[in-house]
Amino acid sequence: MSDLLAARSQMAMSLAFHILFAVVGMGMPALMVIAEWRWYRTGNAVMLDLAKRWSKGTAILFAVGAVSGTVLSFELGLLWPTFMQHAGPVVSMPFSLEGFAFFTEAIFLGIYLYGWKRISTRAHLAAGVVVAVSGALSGAFVVCANAWMNAPTGFTSVGGVVTDVQPLAAMFNAAAPSEVLHMMLAAYGATGVMVAGIHAYGLVRNTLRPEFHRAAVQIALIMAVPAILLQPLSGDYSAREVAKLQPIKFAALDAHLHTGPAALVVGGWVNEHTLTVRGGVEIPGAISFFLRGNAEAVVNGLDSVPVEDRPPAGIVHLAFQLMVGCGLVLAFVAAWTVWRAWRRRRGHGVPLPRDRPFLWALVATSPLGFIAIEAGWTVTEVGRQPWIVQGLMRTADAVTPMPGLVVPFIAFTVLYIALSVMVLFLLWRQILKTGVTPLRGDAPPSISATTEFTLRR
Amino acid sequence: MIWTLPHVVAGTMVLSITAYVLLAGADFGGGVWDLIASGPRKKQQRVVIADALGPVWEANHVWLILVVVMLFSCFPAMYAHLSTELHVPLTLMLIGIVLRGSAFTFRSYDLQRDAVQQRWGLVFSMASVFTPVLLGMCIGTVVAGNIPMYESPEAAVRASPTFFARYIQSWCTLFALAIGLLTLALFSLLAATYLTVEAKTAELREDFRRRALWSTLAVALVAALALLLARRDAPLVVAALTAGTRAVVLLSSTTLLAAAGVWALWTRRFILARVAVAAEASFIVWGWAWAQYPLMMPPSRTIDSLAAPRATLWWVMGTLIAGTAILLPSFFYLFKVFKSADRPFAAADDHA
Repeated sequence: MSDLLAARSQMAMSLAFHILFAVVGMGMPALMVIAEWRWYRTGNAVMLDLAKRWSKGTAILFAVGAVSGTVLSFELGLLWPTFMQHAGPVVSMPFSLEGFAFFTEAIFLGIYLYGWKRISTRAHLAAGVVVAVSGALSGAFVVCANAWMNAPTGFTSVGGVVTDVQPLAAMFNAAAPSEVLHMMLAAYGATGVMVAGIHAYGLVRNTLRPEFHRAAVQIALIMAVPAILLQPLSGDYSAREVAKLQPIKFAALDAHLHTGPAALVVGGWVNEHTLTVRGGVEIPGAISFFLRGNAEAVVNGLDSVPVEDRPPAGIVHLAFQLMVGCGLVLAFVAAWTVWRAWRRRRGHGVPLPRDRPFLWALVATSPLGFIAIEAGWTVTEVGRQPWIVQGLMRTADAVTPMPGLVVPFIAFTVLYIALSVMVLFLLWRQILKTGVTPLRGDAPPSISATTEFTLRR
Repeated sequence: MIWTLPHVVAGTMVLSITAYVLLAGADFGGGVWDLIASGPRKKQQRVVIADALGPVWEANHVWLILVVVMLFSCFPAMYAHLSTELHVPLTLMLIGIVLRGSAFTFRSYDLQRDAVQQRWGLVFSMASVFTPVLLGMCIGTVVAGNIPMYESPEAAVRASPTFFARYIQSWCTLFALAIGLLTLALFSLLAATYLTVEAKTAELREDFRRRALWSTLAVALVAALALLLARRDAPLVVAALTAGTRAVVLLSSTTLLAAAGVWALWTRRFILARVAVAAEASFIVWGWAWAQYPLMMPPSRTIDSLAAPRATLWWVMGTLIAGTAILLPSFFYLFKVFKSADRPFAAADDHA
């Protein structure tokens, strides 16, 4: 494994790991706040129980997100010092703002998790709102920084030296609006369907506390369904922006290999060396029509740039298909949810705990949001290769001179796999084994009770 | 000596590092005392530590991210240089940070109290020990001027042609190790002193008081050792710390504060001890900064020579001011909710 490949793999693995926790850090606080708000308005104890249960899971996920985010802030330099040396001052704004947004999130999450009995209910609810808002903002800022790599702006480069830096222009680069919108919707949609799926499983498997899981599924779907139904529109916008700003990335994701009228290629494996597609279905002219309103319009293909400037189109096309496929399945489930709710309102159909086909559909599709997110990031990151900053700096020129990068890659891979296993194990115990019984008394997540117990053993 | 914008930014970074040391440093120290908890109140000691850390550790931790973001935004060449030359210790430190944070949370939030959880407690406390040592070793390496910046990548390779010379030997010096141990001792001192205030019973307070006093001794001994080693490994530091009024003021203030801390601990004035020890730790950080000023990357690169374009500095400083306006009240609120002395601590009223 070459050092460059090891560095890219380590970065990809770290981002793929962190993004799951970052997304949950955006979605879960919103769910907790909705549940607590409902309890505040109606006095329904199930809602309070939900908010507390969810906050415990969030605490575990947020901590892992915080530490893996710290790792990334170092890794940018450990792996790509040349990139950061030039890009650091230009993308300083979104990163500084993200720092503060994350700071605010961490402070108020501490207050939210540990402050159940220490502050008034309203103050507690307000703390939850601050967590949700700052979580969303920190995600948006980080995506702005990533968007800059796709559409670099806000500086002048003279002979490799960056001058005339305009941090604000860099932050509000051309790729930022579409990327931020797409990511935010993805975060709420993915977290929502995952949570809905877990609690739907609770309903399918037992009826001990159906009202608890039922409320959970409902709140999760209230958040997820609008996001999922809006996502195709946001995807349409993103696709047009990518076609405009990064035509080669677009060519790769669409498997549009030869300059000319562009077909929509569904499925198929791209061989980027021979510039052929094996298998798959082509709808001739569809992409040309989508972009230009004319099926005959010429669209630049992968062959419009030299070989050394082409991304690995096979992976990019596959990841794009996977993302869109997951999104479509989720859109179908979301439409089912709306139709079901409409029927129930008119007195038809069966109540949620007995609607087993629907519950099983929620269970089966629960991971699709996260799969779509990972696939989408593969499209945007691998699709930009061989550039780390589109058109300006190659990934190969940005990598650290330190040899032996395969060692930290393996170390972090082992560490993150171990952490993933542990997190899944803990959440499994948290949600399934105890989510079916009420919390003892009204006890909030208490660290001392836990610790004391541990030590007594 | 003219204070310009880059100097203001560098000064702000020193303040952020100070906050990190005073807050997250104490959290690391808490892990150290968790590891070597002993005596008849072993369990209660660990409970006090966990309660003190729980609500605040994540927020405390973010100061480091802030420093890193300021470094790569405002002094990008320095960030690139440090993360290249100190790749190995920084990576080890990161692994420590990841293990520590996740282990603490896993231990705190699991529902089943079993052997698996206890093992996480061990991971948490072990990582709390070796992470500060590595952090200190990185700082010691920078101060000593062991990783000079060269004009070109080729010059860097010529200066240290082998992997071992460039990526291992540079930071594996006795002086760097002494600074690492000093960091560990200082963090332990901070934690023990803070915990005298957090502890709810007189016996526990006495436990932590003894630990604080022993840590003061450790800080003094390791600091003396570091100075001795510096004569060989870090002549720049010796020069800065022995010449001129700057050095006299720094050393005497730090010594006075340390003495005040010992006196306050000895006479059981715990709140005062907390203030004195925090001030002592701050002075050590500022002493480090002041000793190498105006150099940022010893032995030759100054703050000015490493600074990013002015537009970046202005925008980052503007963001910092706006951010701080939100952050400080938030932090104040966080500590008011969880650390105010007039209320029983979380442990008590969670079960009320």
